Amino acid sequence: MSDDAKPLGPQAQFKAYLAEGRFMIQRSRSSGHYVFYPRVAVPGSGETDLEWVAASGEATVYAITVNRTREGAYNIALVDLAEGPRMMSRIEGVETAPIGARLKARIAAIEGEPALVFDLAEQV
Amino acid sequence: MGASLRGAAAIVGVATAGTGEAPGRTAIELLGEAAIAALGEAGVALGEVDGVFAATGTHGVPVLSVAEYLGLRPRYLGGTNVGGSSFEVHLLQAAMALQAGLCDVALIAYGSNQRTAGGRLVSMSEPQWHETPYRPRNPITGYAMAAARYMHQYGATREDLAAVAVAARKWANRNPQAFARGPLSLQDVLMSRMVSDPLTVADCCLVTDGGAACVLVRAERARDLKQQPVYLLGAGAAASHRSIVQMPDLTVTAAVESGARAFAMAGLRKDDIDLLMLYDAFTINTILFLEDLGYCPKGEGGRFVSSGAIDPGGALNVNTNGGGLSCVHPGMYGLFLIVEAVSQLRGQAGQRQVAAEIALCHGNGGTLASQATAILGTQAAL
Repeated sequence: MSDDAKPLGPQAQFKAYLAEGRFMIQRSRSSGHYVFYPRVAVPGSGETDLEWVAASGEATVYAITVNRTREGAYNIALVDLAEGPRMMSRIEGVETAPIGARLKARIAAIEGEPALVFDLAEQV
Repeated sequence: MGASLRGAAAIVGVATAGTGEAPGRTAIELLGEAAIAALGEAGVALGEVDGVFAATGTHGVPVLSVAEYLGLRPRYLGGTNVGGSSFEVHLLQAAMALQAGLCDVALIAYGSNQRTAGGRLVSMSEPQWHETPYRPRNPITGYAMAAARYMHQYGATREDLAAVAVAARKWANRNPQAFARGPLSLQDVLMSRMVSDPLTVADCCLVTDGGAACVLVRAERARDLKQQPVYLLGAGAAASHRSIVQMPDLTVTAAVESGARAFAMAGLRKDDIDLLMLYDAFTINTILFLEDLGYCPKGEGGRFVSSGAIDPGGALNVNTNGGGLSCVHPGMYGLFLIVEAVSQLRGQAGQRQVAAEIALCHGNGGTLASQATAILGTQAAL
């Protein structure tokens, strides 16, 4: 195999999927354990048999804050994906949202780069 | 495990420099001033220092910067950087290096001019790629989310958080060295500018300048030096994550582990501690650490602090210098916990003096990420 046929690293692969409009996360074939952020091995147990699977996009708010600056306010949230892993994101269209609120993922452009954001599930 | 380290090393000199505002002085100058003063009060010559432990927010390789600036040729180099708790880790490592004969005089040092240099809390974080698009303002974003989660899960209130800031100010008002003094009411905290919900600016630590240093030698030499020795009785560290995203439970810190390790090494229980120095970068910290170190059940910390338990004269002596909230916080506060504990154990704390033979210093680093606990005691505690 030539060098340029080598697969992308997990971080670049995740971003490449996002650029294609796909929200993919890693899962260990043997343990079924989901991993986010993408890595070369399952944290803690070390399995390297990670495959990419489509995330459901379903999530709930685990914790949230509203950062208040002179330029304005925006929320930053930790969201628990239905598959288990947690990620940082933001809840769009609202100043803040209650912890536990149900969410749905969407790929948006943030400063020109594709990124995951979430909407309240009730509003989807 | 580690029981042979108990009492093996002692702090024989401490000092701070330029705490508050130090215009026109650099970080390494503040660090250097503190180091020279700590050695001076110990009665140990600079040239005897052969173990250097340092962490700062501004030096890529702080141990080398410190050794060069002071003109040292260390044979033990201990520069673990796990954020603000680094210095409690350094205490443990210095005791190990001293006991193993890898050095004879250990210097732990820190310096920062973040207030006069920029006026912002120096972030310990290189950007985390999976956080960056959402513009977290580290470290406050992580602590604010922990506070929000804690309030949601346990019904704690903003008033509970504010009670921590008010207690810290009451102690600061007894400490002429404290940067923020004067009256502070619950209402003042609640009405302060909201920075990151639910934390107001008064729930956040100060942004000050300051250097600090501490000198350790083996116990047998400590008894012959100028100051009353303060022995390291036990210490332990733990780490749970780097990014707040990866913290398993935002209401439980790894202080559960670091505290248990320190107590086990010291052979002590929570009720043996006379003074708790808890790293209060934000008001939520004090509540979480009181719980995680065993001083009240999980979820009860808010009500505990609101009852006046950590006010001067309360059930526990906590953060008697006024803490990071009202005394000093130059970016990494861990060494200042140790300096205050030593002052108290020596009986040099003036108006804020409490009766103390044993003190616990609990350091925190990153966004609740690294936790390190060190238990110090007088000769009577050995």
